[in-house]
Amino acid sequence: MPDMRILIIEDDVEAAAYLTKAFREAGHVADHAADGLDGYAMARDGTYDVLIVDRMLPKLDGLSLIGGLREQKVETPVLILSALGQVDDRVKGLRAGGDDYLAKPYAFSELLARVEVLARRRGNGAAEPTVYRVGGLELDRLSHKLTRNGREIAMQPREYRLLEYLMKHAGQVVTRTMLLENVWDYHFDPQTNVIDVHISRLRSKIDKGFDTPLLHTIRGAGYMIRDGSR
Amino acid sequence: MTALGKLFRTTAFKLSLAYLVVFAIGAGLVLGRIAWNVKGLIDEQISQTIDAEITGLSEQYTQGGIRRLVYVVEQRTRQPGASLYLVTTFAGQTIAGNIGDLPPGTLDRPGLTETAYRRPDEAEARHRALARIFILPGGFRLAVGRDLGDRETLRVVMGRALITSLGWLIVIGTLGGLFVARRVLRRVDGMNASARNIMNGDLSQRLPLAGSNDELDRLAINLNAMLDRIAELMAGLKEVSDNIAHDLKTPLTRLRNGAEQALRTAKSPEEYRAAIEQTIEDSDSLIRIFNALLMIARLEAGGTGDEMAVFDVAEMARDVGELYEPLAEEEGTILAIEAEPGLQILGNRELIGQATANLVDNALKYGRTETAAGLAGDVRLVARKAGANVEIEVSDRGPGIAPDDRARVLDRFVRLEGSRSRPGSGLGLSLAVAVTKLHGGALRIEDNQPGLRVVIALPLAKLKLKSAPERDERYVPQALPEATT
Repeated sequence: MPDMRILIIEDDVEAAAYLTKAFREAGHVADHAADGLDGYAMARDGTYDVLIVDRMLPKLDGLSLIGGLREQKVETPVLILSALGQVDDRVKGLRAGGDDYLAKPYAFSELLARVEVLARRRGNGAAEPTVYRVGGLELDRLSHKLTRNGREIAMQPREYRLLEYLMKHAGQVVTRTMLLENVWDYHFDPQTNVIDVHISRLRSKIDKGFDTPLLHTIRGAGYMIRDGSR
Repeated sequence: MTALGKLFRTTAFKLSLAYLVVFAIGAGLVLGRIAWNVKGLIDEQISQTIDAEITGLSEQYTQGGIRRLVYVVEQRTRQPGASLYLVTTFAGQTIAGNIGDLPPGTLDRPGLTETAYRRPDEAEARHRALARIFILPGGFRLAVGRDLGDRETLRVVMGRALITSLGWLIVIGTLGGLFVARRVLRRVDGMNASARNIMNGDLSQRLPLAGSNDELDRLAINLNAMLDRIAELMAGLKEVSDNIAHDLKTPLTRLRNGAEQALRTAKSPEEYRAAIEQTIEDSDSLIRIFNALLMIARLEAGGTGDEMAVFDVAEMARDVGELYEPLAEEEGTILAIEAEPGLQILGNRELIGQATANLVDNALKYGRTETAAGLAGDVRLVARKAGANVEIEVSDRGPGIAPDDRARVLDRFVRLEGSRSRPGSGLGLSLAVAVTKLHGGALRIEDNQPGLRVVIALPLAKLKLKSAPERDERYVPQALPEATT
């Protein structure tokens, strides 16, 4: 997903410079605000696809900034960055109007994946389609039926949810923690490779026996489902 | 402030003084009331006696005229303890009686009157009497009365009693107040001294108890309990920082050595790339340890408790089991999940889920045994009701833990011999313990004969629970600048 407009509201100049550079390298437009009030004004008046807001900011703290924007009916998706990674801090952040939460320190690949998913959520104002299609793979969300090239594939309920999430974000990188959050509703760090095993099971169901693989592992980041032939 | 000044300022002394005033007013009121009633009673009796005599004397007069009256009056005045009598002409000239003189005009007002009078042997009117004046047919005046000396004596005695007792009351009350105040003050001073020592850093000291179990003792007991808790938390904090210092240094050293090594020996970009990737991996594992430590410390401090809601442990167990099932299968371990339905508890699903996941993770890692077909395991995840508790049990058939090591293994960073080569921070079990404690439960380690069995017991939700808290608690934003458009 190229060319998102991202506003980074972060008082640590070095971290902000690193983020700005990294997002530009990934093909996006990134602006930077160094304190809460500047960030608030820029977010309110500008057109951004995603805001990245640090929780602790000078002049106006991150949560107040988000609350203020939401009151002004600015519905730009917000990802909160925070040094506080505890369960209740995340809940507080989301309650204040944030859309996603990432604890520092984080991997840039994780941040990028989450920001891209958030930005697309905004792009697609329309209702989700009832059938997801990637290559020859079709997932019918009403009948919960999965077919590839017309051949039906049987699935467990959790495999269905896993695949549904991947296909909803087809063409986008989805990280392991995003999968654990959205498919299992847990936010902890699953120290071992539990998610990888689930993915390899799913892969053996949808890709085995077909020429083009659809479920790809993105090294150092996560997974992506996409039509490999394109 | 002087010692006496301090004494006068104590609550005990001020209270004593206030009680003293209230008590003195009360005593005065009681004595006054009694004196008043006694006076009334005496007056009543006197007037009854007088009336009876008047009736008698007027009858004598009716029957025998003034002669007879004078005769009877003279008879009566000679008796001991006699009443007072006076018979005069209409002009006031004394005919008979034992009263020398009454104030002028008194005899012209018939009825009951309190008046001064003069005895015949005295020069002035020095006594008081209650008398009834009666005008007889024919203009003679008859006065019959009783001396009020007794009543006066009673009044004086009462008054003196009041003043004396008030004097004693004030003396005893003040002394008592000072005594009580001094006792209280001495104990409070003792507590203050201990508190100052504690503030100065001697956290092992406790407030002194008198052993009387009074309100001061109970206060001291509670403050001591508070100090115990603070000391416990401080010790925990110190332990955490010691452990952080000790156990983060190992991976930090490895990280640093790796980077240094690469700088010194790597030649190709590929080698540098591999070294950098290794560095990132090492720092990720450091971050993971650090997060786990912070979380444990926070849980032990009682944080994260405000996100409690009612949830089903059985569902959580099935979710976690299902999350780990493919991994177990890949590692040649059978993961069996048994969950009774309807295990509602009040808690943080996220935290208990993580604790359970840690136990399953451990069982998969350490619970395998060597078989003919390689490493194999048999792990059971059970959620069930046990009395007033919900138990989450994770058991394996692996080597288990020796009884001596079972308590030790709950400590942070403890990894028993033989497990050090495998990945892990050694914090999984400590986190499970902290989560369990936060929920008012208990974690125990048992022998699965063979193998290890870890049980988390959590109190069942009480029936009339508040259900999941409403998510309407809005964040109150700070003041925002006006829109500038």
